[in-house]
Order: sequence, then C-alpha cells, then structure tokens
Amino acid sequence: MTTIGAPLRRKEGLAKVTGRAVYLDDITRPGLLWGRTVRADVPGGRLERIDFAPGPPWDEIVVVTARDIPGRNVVPLIADDQPCLVARDIQHREEPVVLLAHADRQVLARAVAAIRLVVTPAPAVLSLAAATDVLSELTLERGDLAAGLAGADLVVDGTYETGAQEHLYIEPQAMLAEVGEDGALTVWGSLQCPYYVRPAVATVLGLPEDRVRVIQTTTGGGFGGKEEYPSMIACHAALLAVKARRPVKIVYERGEDMRATTKRHPSRTRHRVGVSRDGRLLALETEFVLDGGAYLTLSPVVLSRGVIHAPGPYRWPNLRIRGRVMRTSYPPHGAFRGFGAPQAIFALEVHLDRVARALGIDPVELRRRNLLRPGDVMATGQPVEPGVDPLAVLDRALDASGFAARRAACDASNTGVSAVKRGVGLATFFHGAGFTGAGESKLASEAALRLGADGRVEILASSAEIGQGAATTHAQIVSEALSVPYEMVSPAVVDTAVVPNSGPTVASRTVMVVGGLLAQAAREMVDRLRAQAGLPRPHTPADFAVAARAYTDAHGPLLTRARYSAPAGWQWDERTLTGEAYAAYAWACYVAEVAVDTRTGETEVTDFVAVQDVGRVVNPVTARGQVHGGVCQGLGFALYEDVVWQEGGMANARMTNYIVPTSADTPPIAVVFCQGEASPSKGLGELPMDGTAPAVVNALNAALGAEIARIPALPERVLQATLPA
Amino acid sequence: MIVLDLTINGRLVRVQVAPLTRLLDFLREHQKLTGTKEGCGEGECGACTVLVDGLPVVSCLVPMGQLDGAAVTTVEGLTAVGDPGLQRLQEALLDAGGTQCGICTPGIVVTAHALLDARSRPTLEEIRDALAGNICRCTGYTAIYEAVRRAAEPVP
Repeated sequence: MTTIGAPLRRKEGLAKVTGRAVYLDDITRPGLLWGRTVRADVPGGRLERIDFAPGPPWDEIVVVTARDIPGRNVVPLIADDQPCLVARDIQHREEPVVLLAHADRQVLARAVAAIRLVVTPAPAVLSLAAATDVLSELTLERGDLAAGLAGADLVVDGTYETGAQEHLYIEPQAMLAEVGEDGALTVWGSLQCPYYVRPAVATVLGLPEDRVRVIQTTTGGGFGGKEEYPSMIACHAALLAVKARRPVKIVYERGEDMRATTKRHPSRTRHRVGVSRDGRLLALETEFVLDGGAYLTLSPVVLSRGVIHAPGPYRWPNLRIRGRVMRTSYPPHGAFRGFGAPQAIFALEVHLDRVARALGIDPVELRRRNLLRPGDVMATGQPVEPGVDPLAVLDRALDASGFAARRAACDASNTGVSAVKRGVGLATFFHGAGFTGAGESKLASEAALRLGADGRVEILASSAEIGQGAATTHAQIVSEALSVPYEMVSPAVVDTAVVPNSGPTVASRTVMVVGGLLAQAAREMVDRLRAQAGLPRPHTPADFAVAARAYTDAHGPLLTRARYSAPAGWQWDERTLTGEAYAAYAWACYVAEVAVDTRTGETEVTDFVAVQDVGRVVNPVTARGQVHGGVCQGLGFALYEDVVWQEGGMANARMTNYIVPTSADTPPIAVVFCQGEASPSKGLGELPMDGTAPAVVNALNAALGAEIARIPALPERVLQATLPA
Repeated sequence: MIVLDLTINGRLVRVQVAPLTRLLDFLREHQKLTGTKEGCGEGECGACTVLVDGLPVVSCLVPMGQLDGAAVTTVEGLTAVGDPGLQRLQEALLDAGGTQCGICTPGIVVTAHALLDARSRPTLEEIRDALAGNICRCTGYTAIYEAVRRAAEPVP
C-alpha cells in the first residue's frame, strides 16, 4: 500500500467546498451571550478608574475587570509577564481592560462606547531607535571575525528593514466558553495549539487543568496568528462565561483582530560581509534586531531561529551574528510563518546580491561558490545532512526557470525606451524544521492510534488542521505504515479530552515530528496485531480487518502510542547556539521575475518558480498548496503589506487599506520538489515564506539597478530608490 | 421593520426584518445558512459572496431593504440543486487543491460558478479577474485557477 506520495483528497475537503464545514461562528448554544473587549486605547499609562456612562442597560450587561479574575492575572507563555486584563499598568494601546457580555450585539456595542477609562498617561517607546530595554539577546560565533574581515579584499556593508506583517487569516479569531453543571469549563475555538489554551484558562480561572476542556473547531487559517493569541481570548470568554453562568462567544471584528492580535516582528539587520576578489565569502558580521512589542511572548524563540538562519546556507569560515529583541510600546509581536527566519533571510539574500554587484560577479556564481556542500558544517556546528545537495537545488531552479535566457531577455528589453523595466532575481535558502535545539525533547510530544472492531483507525493527536493538510497527511502516513486504505484512517476531533499533547501545530513540525510519532505508533499496532491477533506478514487490508476484529473481540479497542525522544548523541547549547539546531533542514531556491513601471513605481510579479528539497513529499497537492500559499504571502510581505503605525496602534486596520495579494496580483506559481523518495519527510510549511521576498526584491533591484533594502517595496519606495543619489 | 417577499435558494419566503439588516446576518442568523462566511464586514474579502438574481454580490454590504422580490442563492442552494457544472467545480477544487482552510471557499465557489455560467471556457486572465474580489490567504490562488480551468473543460 503506497499511500504516501499520492494526491489524495483532503479529509475535510467535501465539507469545505459545500459550505458544510462548521467554524466557531457557525456554532450557537442555548442562552448564548456575545462578548466584547474594551481596550486601553493609549500606548502607555496607569489606569486610575473605569467609568460607566449612563445609557446602556448596565444591570443586564455582564462586566468583567481584573478584579474578577479568580486565578492569576496572566496569560502564561515563556514568561508570565502579560496580564489577561489590565489591573493598573498599561503597556500598549490594545491591552484589554474590561470585558462585556450581552445577548444583543447592538446593546453590547453601545456599552463598549459608554465605558470611559481614566488613565494617567506615561511615555511610550514608539520606535526601535528609541528602545533601550532588551527583552532577549543571543550571539552565534564561528572562527575569527576580525581576522576574516582583515583578510578580505572587499568589505560590503548594508542595512535592511522589514515591516510588521498581519496574518490576515480570513476567519477572524473566535472562541466560545461554557461552564458545565459540574463547574468544569469547555472552550471551543479557532486555534493551533489546544495545549497552550488549556493551561492558560486553568491559570486564569484558578482551576486544575483537567477541569478545562479545549476543542478545536474548523479553523479558517492560522499562519502562527492562532498560536499564542487564542489563549488570551479563551481566557476572556471563560471569565465572562463564569461570571454570567451562560455560554459566551467572542468573535473579533476584522479591525479589532488586525489592531490587537500579534504580527510578524519588524526587523532591522546590519550586515558587513568580507569577501575575496574571486567571490569567496570570508566573514559575516551581523546585527539582527527585532521589535518585540510590549511583552516577551515568543520573542526569544523567534530570535534564536532568526539568528540561526541569518548566515543562510553558505560556508562562512568566520562569523558573528548578534541578535536582540527590544521592548517597545506596540502590541506584542508574535509567531508568524517563518518565525524570525524570513526577516533574516531577506536581509542576507538581498545583501549577497549587493556583494555580487560590488565584486562585479554574477549573483548566481557568488552563491554557487559559497553554498554548503555535503560534508560541510553549518555555523551552529551541525553537519549538512547526508543526501542533501544545495548546489543541485540551485541548478534545478536555474534550469526550471530558464534563468539565463530569462535574464538575457530582461536585459534586452531594458535597453529599449519602455518605462517598464524587467528583472529576474533569486534567493537560495534553508529552513530548519521542528522546534529549535532541545525544544522537541522538552516538549516530549505524544501521539496515539486507536483501532476499533470495524478495522477503522483513529488518529489521536493535537495537531490542528488549519488548512495546511495535517488531517490528510497524517492519515496518509498512518495508512501507509499500517498497509490499510486511506479511507480507513481518520483523525479524531482535536479535543483535549480525547487527544494527547502532541505539541503545538507550529514550526513545520506536524508531518516531520508528529507524523513520525504516528508512524511509530502504527508500527507498534502492526506488531501487536501480529503477536496477538494472527496478522500475517505481509498482510492485505482484508487480513488487517480480520485481525482487528479478532483483537478487539478479545481485548477491546487497541490503543498504541509513541512519545518523542531525541536521537542518541544529539547535543544543543542554547547559550552559544551550537549543536544540532534542527532535526532536518529543507533547502530551496526561488526565482522571481518582475516588471516594474518606472513612472508609477508599481511592480508586477510576472513569473515565479519555487524549487525545494523537502525530502519525501507525503501529498503532492497539499505540499504544492503550502508552497503556493507561502509564496503568495511572501509576495505580500515583499510588495504590499504595510502596517501603518500611529500612536502605537495600527492605523490601517482594514482590508481596504492593508493590502494583501489578490488573484489579480498573483501569477500561477510553478513548484518543483527535488524529492528524495528514500529520504524522510522534512518540514515544509514555513520554508516558502523565507525566500520569496528576497527573490522579488533582487529581481526589482536587477530591473532598476537600484538598492531597495526595505520591505514592503511600496511604489513610493520603489520610486525613491530610482531617484539619482 | 418591513415585510419582504424573496426567494432563498429557490424557496419563496415572506420575512419581517429591519431594513438595514445585512443580508449576511439574515442568511446566517435568521435562515441558519452558515455556509456564507464573514471575513471582513466591508466587502473586501468576498467570503460572504452569494448570488442575487444570478449575480455575485458581497452579502455584508447588502441591506435587506433592497431585496424585495429578489432571488438569493447561497452555496447551500447551489449544492442542493445538484447542478453537474457545480459538482465539477467542487470536485476540481478538491482535486487541484483549491481549498485549504476553507473559510473563503463558499465565496470562491459562488463567484467561480457565476463566471462559468457566463463564460464556458474562461481564459486565465478572465479567471484571475473574476476572482479578484475573493481573497484567499492559503492557496496562493494557483490551484483555484487550475480548478476553474478544469471545471470548464468539456465533459468527455
């Protein structure tokens, strides 16, 4: 049975194309109230008093403030620094202060408007330049930087900036909480990490964790935006439900979602590269700074991923990467597909094109001379995996995109009088899959399978299907490992009362790590059926059904489980960032072609080719979909998606003026997998976010002979970059 | 409150509603037709697209007061009719990978169905143009273009 590699239809696909899939806002409960959040609306200060202006029927409205919190007033994450509701100190504009619930949303809207917060303002930190409080810092060093720079024929400096990026999942954040007759809480929600939500709600309500049950509803996109913030909303819904003794639903309006929830960390990267005349990279000195916003959230882990990815897939005999996350008065930035790597890779790949121009050599040739090769060691000291050949990925991309001919055609076209200039650019990069360093060992994820009398196998894992294909790829992995048809395997609803903690649905770990655990649980199931139910070797699906019946008749349902443990001999030093940083890396080379109108600054991406080695592809349709979607989000990151800040808040929190790519902006994207059939599957979800923006900006710079170093490359920035110095 | 007669998914109904009630809320809350989704509430994302008298509109921007005598069709209505063209489109979306998280999909199905009704063999440019009001954050559109193209192929 070879299920892996087959273009099988997604498990929940039919429900989605017919409109039958049930998202959180489609659910109602008897006696349901709606919840709303009143926010600080000033970037810093001290809350003195909350006034309730007359008008709304206050006796009918459920009101929750920090004083109503029965447990600890904190949304626990890496540090317990972020309150669930403001008690006194306001650290950013979107901090929640008061929660309200009522059955009628119009009454609720009037109540929100009638609340006045009396605040003594405090100074706010509204730029990276003004930030002095370091939330987190890390350094990665190798070789002798000073000697490397001193021995270089040429030293090239550059500074690169990336803006905040909003996830803009099309289903806004949404949670529903209900208290059962026994006082236990059930929370339904749109989320990626049920086992982040459960301890958060338990902490805030002062309940043992087993009194909180979290159930994922069909989730309309996440991209990291539903990693940590849903815990906050779940706590709010739960507080209201407990006080009201009625179920409470909170669905963010689009504007509130865009203003209040996390975004990609803005970044500023300064590179200094020493290179020999013949194009050998000798030294890299990097200062990588992220804007963390007002609380720590996941910033230290975003930073470590950014720092580890900053050198890119190249041989650097000498380097020093210094990374910092600064505290500012913006709403905390958080997880977003790529998690620090897109910012770092953007800076390096655009800088390498600058180095190539300074040297007068072809940027392809510069990469070819310096890419890691089999047997090489990365900056962290981790060797390049056997079977991987980054040069082959580059060559495949040059070939698939017809790079040389394309570039010649652009050059020829640009000699004409047309105001539209064309350019082609590329980026070579990698992305480490799974949690960084010892993260997976600390998580010690669990996953399980349950075999019923009918021979059907249920997947018990907390991996949330958020559109990426978790349900489908997991079923394919299990089906193949058990040699049973795909239709006989299905995932259980992600419900903390049913599934074990398989870790969060993040970090490109769902296929590689959790899928690996499921394959292990499947092998154990086969062994048990061989030993105890006469399953022959090899077996047919019919044999499996007979053995399933025999086993369950005698013993009841068969449950097999697996728990993660790191391969023997793995080392990781989280202080120096040395050792086995990731279980595996995916390798890629992306090629973009653009046409830019030098009169308007408008850029059109006319063609895009994405080539990658992600090991064995589990489902070519969902895998291609991950690349298509990641590239499209990368086009937005590169060209359109501009968060405009005003007094610490997002001024353009609407889909009318926060522009994401539409079909009119997105050409068909060509995807190539250089797949090793024999190699294990590696993480894929985040990879496409990393290389798209630098490929596009390198194409733009090639078209214009410009030095665009800041994204999004809005038309006005493009025009500015083309002005004579 | 006003009284309106309209057709919802082929069924004639008389309703009493406030004239400024959004068609989207009427469908989801009064008619329990939750296949139509709200993504932005300002007509930008297209997740709430339905057909009014055969043309795609964003139901979050349509007040009920405008709909006396109108025929409204949602994704549920299209699916229930069992139209072979629609089924081909839905199957093509499944096979090509044109749905991921699925929240935009009902709107995409409605818009693409209207396109295929109007143009039997749309070009890539026509497909990209027709879908430009339906934002999808997952698929990068490529698989949706492919699905619409496949749905438009002559039945063998």
